[in-house]
Amino acid sequence: MTRTVVVTGLGLTSPLGGDVGSTWEALLAGRSGANRLEHEWAAQLPVRIAAEVAVEPSEVLERVKARRMDRSAQFAVIAAKQAWADAGLEDVEVDSERLGVACASGIGGVTTLLSSYDALRDKGPRRVSPFAIPMLMPNSAAANIGLVVGAQAGVHTPVSACASGSEGVALGVDMIRLDRADVVVVGGTEAAIHPLPLAAFANMMALSKRNDEPEAASRPWDTDRDGFVLGEGAGLLVLESEEHAKARGARVYAAVAGAGVTSDSHDIAQPDPEGRGGARAMAIAMRDARLQPADIKHINAHATSTPQGDVAEALMVHATLGAAASSVVVTSTKSMTGHLLGAAGALESIATVLALYNRVIPPTINLHKVDEAVDLDIATKPRDLPPGDLAALNNSFGFGGHNVALAFRTV
Amino acid sequence: MATTEEIRTSLADIVNEVAGIPADDVQLDKSFVDDLDVDSLSMVEVVVAAEEKFDVKIPDDEVKNLKTVGDAVAYIERQLA
Repeated sequence: MTRTVVVTGLGLTSPLGGDVGSTWEALLAGRSGANRLEHEWAAQLPVRIAAEVAVEPSEVLERVKARRMDRSAQFAVIAAKQAWADAGLEDVEVDSERLGVACASGIGGVTTLLSSYDALRDKGPRRVSPFAIPMLMPNSAAANIGLVVGAQAGVHTPVSACASGSEGVALGVDMIRLDRADVVVVGGTEAAIHPLPLAAFANMMALSKRNDEPEAASRPWDTDRDGFVLGEGAGLLVLESEEHAKARGARVYAAVAGAGVTSDSHDIAQPDPEGRGGARAMAIAMRDARLQPADIKHINAHATSTPQGDVAEALMVHATLGAAASSVVVTSTKSMTGHLLGAAGALESIATVLALYNRVIPPTINLHKVDEAVDLDIATKPRDLPPGDLAALNNSFGFGGHNVALAFRTV
Repeated sequence: MATTEEIRTSLADIVNEVAGIPADDVQLDKSFVDDLDVDSLSMVEVVVAAEEKFDVKIPDDEVKNLKTVGDAVAYIERQLA
């Protein structure tokens, strides 16, 4: 008998707000979190917009603790503490040996790596911080969360580019189903708004160059889309076995009913043009969750606002759901948050969970003229979900041909 | 030429910056490890910051002899003399 996995706590720090409540409110209001980059270093870049976090971690974290963590770990610890408190676990005795962490990242401590190199080059090897390694290692965010909550059942960092955050959720589900843990803090974090990643993504032609209109730059499925807006932040969820959550009378947001993880083996950066790997991930997630296409009422799409990817995903939805595709309401919250890379799947899992829990789907903004290759029912205003049992999917795809689909259902 | 107290004050600011210890607690008789809870990696940061602040060299071999704040202040004074 497979153990049922439920979501009992949510935490976020995002371009739209420093916590879940403010972020959710902004998502429903259709607000953009994208901004002009005012840093001096941005002036020379072809792309001078991004979606920076609404609340700087220095406003939240104790100074000395913060200076020993990369920005990505700072985000992760802030969001994990929120999720832990939201789950009502602050005053609960959780068995440490049954408590795990799966906090993903696409790029890890890249800003620490680069600033450490600056110190080495400009001031010499003696000036490289002795904390540089524990700060820049990709598992640093997960390990820091593990220290905060006291996790001893394994602390993991899935790395699969822009699918990482969802893979973190999927790994947590596995850990609970395999009875290796009762509680797992899952999600992802990213802090890569720095000239090097921005220049590199821009040179891949992946980023929007709508420098004069940052708020209109992320426009999934719109005919005038020209790439994604780089975002930053972290999303963490507390997953528990259903029996563990019930035994302590926890509030349950939704169940993570299934996960599908596939790989394209097609190209290192380009997705399979027919989206076969992504469609397989969706089909596997539904099968794992014992859901039929007609049960799926909502999809939080990966849709990053790139010309090819948004169309490929629309094709996947039809390939997977068939006739039921026309009764699914689809949205891309990236239109507001930008693309948080390794945190995207985590933030979007939280948005999907909240859509089911509150029975309302956040809109896709900046969608004025839908690409004619896209035949989906896309929410451009908040859309209510009906009462009764519902299920939803969250899709995430990453460079390297990684595809993750997560199936959530109401409880 | 900096006085002992000036060196102690500057060092206290560094210890505060690196390890969050209140600067007033950083007195000459205090042990970095036992009293101030400055761990070995933080001590490396303190030493490097002190080298830059006072423009002196504190070799790694010497660091293990700097048990107390007074040891460090005295070492820096000797280098500056």
